[in-house]
Amino acid sequence: MNSIVCIKQVPNTNEVRINQETGTLIRDGVPSIINPDDKNAIEGALKIKEELGGTVTVITMGPEQAKAALREAMAMGADRAILLSDRAFAGSDTWATATILAAALEKIGETDLIFCGRQAIDGDTAQVGPELAEFLDIPQVTYAKEVSVEKGRVRVTRYGEFGDYIMEARMPVMLTAIRELNEPRLPHVRNIIGAWEKKEIEVWTMEDLTIDPTQIGLKGSPTNVFRSFVPVREKQSEIIQGNTPREKAALLLDRLSSQKLV
Amino acid sequence: MKRAKVNQGGDLQEYKDVYVIGECLDGRLHPVTLELMGEGRKLANQLKRHLGVILLGDDMDEALEHLQDYDTDVIYHLKHPLLKDFSTEGYVKVLNDFIRGNKPEILLIGATSFGRDIAPRLAGRLGTGLTADCTKLEIDPADGKLLQTRPAFGGNLMATIICPKNRPQMSTVRPGVMERAHKLGEGKAHLVTVIPELDAEDIRVALVEKKPPAKKQVNLIDARVVVSGGRGLKTPEGFRLIEDLADVLGGEVGSSRACVDAGWISHAHQVGQTGTTVRPEIYIACGISGAIQHLAGMSEADYVVAINKDPEAPIFKVCDYGIVGDLYEILPAMIEDYRKRKEEADHA
Repeated sequence: MNSIVCIKQVPNTNEVRINQETGTLIRDGVPSIINPDDKNAIEGALKIKEELGGTVTVITMGPEQAKAALREAMAMGADRAILLSDRAFAGSDTWATATILAAALEKIGETDLIFCGRQAIDGDTAQVGPELAEFLDIPQVTYAKEVSVEKGRVRVTRYGEFGDYIMEARMPVMLTAIRELNEPRLPHVRNIIGAWEKKEIEVWTMEDLTIDPTQIGLKGSPTNVFRSFVPVREKQSEIIQGNTPREKAALLLDRLSSQKLV
Repeated sequence: MKRAKVNQGGDLQEYKDVYVIGECLDGRLHPVTLELMGEGRKLANQLKRHLGVILLGDDMDEALEHLQDYDTDVIYHLKHPLLKDFSTEGYVKVLNDFIRGNKPEILLIGATSFGRDIAPRLAGRLGTGLTADCTKLEIDPADGKLLQTRPAFGGNLMATIICPKNRPQMSTVRPGVMERAHKLGEGKAHLVTVIPELDAEDIRVALVEKKPPAKKQVNLIDARVVVSGGRGLKTPEGFRLIEDLADVLGGEVGSSRACVDAGWISHAHQVGQTGTTVRPEIYIACGISGAIQHLAGMSEADYVVAINKDPEAPIFKVCDYGIVGDLYEILPAMIEDYRKRKEEADHA
């Protein structure tokens, strides 16, 4: 059972700050992490490998620093890591990113399972996985909270707002993982050393892939950022003054009932 | 299958009208459908184009009759036995054929778990861009293009996205944010039934079983009152107090991401960028500091009440009424006082 896991290195958005004057992100000192849903995707692939054998390949697109995310994935137990890095890839939207990933997956060749995280915490689009599956012409099940492989078929419990669906698919299939899928393991010490010493990270550029250059990068991306801004909120706040919790609670209820809210 | 491409220099003027894809699964019409229609109508009016609603399924007379009372020019029912149940591939195939035939300029889809499953796949097949989880849509008065605004980086930043060279311009739209469509009167909207081409072989993923929701449904989206707890609760047991206040006020229990991440309460209760967007009449934030990612999910509330020990907490900047104090003292006092008022009112 061979799996590929597509991951993304993201800034920890809990710690991102905004320069209010310029409206830009302050990334200094903000740690980069493997996107949380992608960790569930890695764990999902590793569990299946432990049960049924095979390999787990992790792949990401990004600058040189993204190697840290791949090393961490190898320390969790991934066998092979590939970094897709080229100036021509910069500025890619989800269409362009999925185009590049699809070219890389075609080069890797036969695969049974492709795992992605549901969505990344920086962009929150949840689009690359399904676009990738579309470009590879393979089926997909998103929002996977349980995955098992039986008799060559994949059984997936898919989250739904009004109740879960149990789906079955032949392989290859692309799955997107959500937090409920599993509890990602911590990197193993033995693997951490291995990830730095033994295993090489392969770096693939534009030259290694068969890609139509009109479909990637800033220029090839169908969507562009028109502008970005810091959200502003304006409200007249009244801090209720009182001597005791009781008095404050009563004054609050007075306010709310005068507005006919309670 | 031949893969679609973008930027092929097609004639953008061929594309007209605003279409929205409704969501009706297992006989349940998702409220986002009416929100898409309301927003779609606004955009269509600005462009002086028609509004069309697409609904996929087999027999779905009840949902169609219901929608016909609302403001839209036409409802397209893509009707096929294989569309009775949801499938990514079945939906995408018939939508792709229909959209290629009808060429709408704008296509809106609900940013539900199902909308976000099919929309990227459909954009991939049509050869166009897609903007996820939009919270604001406008028409650029200069050239009529769609300005699609959405939160990014956990709501710290808003980005306006455009799709200048490809059509349709596609957005998924966050549920609970847009105004619902107006009722026009019984059966006013024109209904067109379309029989699409679809074979069983087109669908490679089988739906084996539908599970009912495990526990009592959390209905944050429609709640009139939401009482939310955050890290300030200190322990998971604190949610009992939150529940008590929600119960006496007839509301639902919400939570910050921190409590969900800590495993104190299930994700279904999470309000915020990665949780649910709520628009209640009153939102009561207890022990919630007010991280931007949380504010992104509750800024549509009519009134915000904040209860927090820390007078510097950012939540106090966005509340209508604030109480600086210990929630373990304030909340029991509120519950007791409210009960007393209610009794007095009942006896009066």
